Amino acid sequence: MMALLGRDLALALRSGGGFGLSLAFFLIVVVFVPFGVGPDTEVLARIAPGVLWIAALLSCLLSLDRIFQLDWEDGSLDALVMAPLPLEGVVAMKALAHWLTTGLPLTVIAPLLGVLLDLPGPAAPWVFLSLLVGTPALSLLGAFGAALTVGIRRGGLLLSLLVMPLYIPTLIFGALTASRAGEGLDFLTPFALLGGVTLLAAALIPFAAAAALRINLR
Amino acid sequence: MSIWEYANPVRFMRLSDRVLPWLAALSAIVMLVALVWGFFFTPDDYRQGSTVKIIFIHVPAAMIAINAWVMMLVASLIWLVRRHHVSALAAKAAAPVGAVMTMIALVTGAVWGEPMWGTWWAWDPRLTSFLILFLFYLGYIALWAAIDNPDTAADLTSVLAIVGSVFAVLSRYAALIWNQGLHQGASLSMDRAEHVADVFYYPLVTAIVGFILLFVTLVVLRTRTEIRARRLRALLARESRE
Repeated sequence: MMALLGRDLALALRSGGGFGLSLAFFLIVVVFVPFGVGPDTEVLARIAPGVLWIAALLSCLLSLDRIFQLDWEDGSLDALVMAPLPLEGVVAMKALAHWLTTGLPLTVIAPLLGVLLDLPGPAAPWVFLSLLVGTPALSLLGAFGAALTVGIRRGGLLLSLLVMPLYIPTLIFGALTASRAGEGLDFLTPFALLGGVTLLAAALIPFAAAAALRINLR
Repeated sequence: MSIWEYANPVRFMRLSDRVLPWLAALSAIVMLVALVWGFFFTPDDYRQGSTVKIIFIHVPAAMIAINAWVMMLVASLIWLVRRHHVSALAAKAAAPVGAVMTMIALVTGAVWGEPMWGTWWAWDPRLTSFLILFLFYLGYIALWAAIDNPDTAADLTSVLAIVGSVFAVLSRYAALIWNQGLHQGASLSMDRAEHVADVFYYPLVTAIVGFILLFVTLVVLRTRTEIRARRLRALLARESRE
């Protein structure tokens, strides 16, 4: 399993594209927001936590189809299914690799990009922490969507349509944590619920995604 | 005799062939009675005026919208456990009906909300949940449409229905925490004394019965269409092989 994780990380880092691409996309979305809503810092400060969350979520969507698609095309996914590893574990490792190459870098640069949006000081650590806790759920749910659509040619759009509604609880609790922290309100409740959603996804999704993969590779 | 006998497509076709005309006629009559009664023979509300009568479409459509998803979930589970094709096709058949009911509930709600709340749309938890439900229906229908192999499609949409149900319920409660609502409480309930006045209550219940009949009729009809389409495919495949 660790070998699989190492392989996926190496592939993501060396094959170009995936890793830097979602970070660049994140940057562009954040830069576009002031063009759209105007450079008024008060407005920007108010919407900054939500914008950062939405931008992170969209950048995460971008690279989802890579989770299984390449392995499906060159046949190594068949080998992984045959391998003496539980498929649920394979899915979990794939999601973890996706998170390490997408969710984690996004989390790290989010507070930095927050400066561009005049993110209020007290919100910055909570943007970081809520993304840290919430993005694993995005990767897991994305792995489920990728497993559902792995057999479909040009399934990227369908993948987004399937995964977006599943992202809603994570987005609500994550953005709520960050924006409440900025306004000095109670943010521990949504933060705890955000953690709950992530744990639920970690417990449930590997099984659902593995089932979808087995159906697709039948 | 058990209900599983009708999991056989031939038996299902034979039974539904006999029942469908009656079901259709009955749902037309009940709908007509309920809507005429509701629209023309109930008084205008003291504060809402005649807009209150949207309730006779809004509430039943909303109930069907939710329960259609539950029915799809049950049918998907039956397909996964017992592999009855009729069950999978019934789930497929119910999805567009449920999506349209969700849309009707949203649109009638907007039409009512404009004069009453002064806005077509508010990010109220209930409205938001219905919009999310609509997105789930769209994803489900799109997944069915995208996959060629019917058995694979049935399996994958069933898995989606299960996971989707969990996250749809989660989204509902997330929306409750996220924003306070404008929407009034439940219009009907089993255990509370507080619900709509009797003049509205009886035609409303009739309308709900009518909508349920309509839903069953449409699902049976669409399931028959799906079975016929499946047979046609099999015939064409056989012909091209010969």
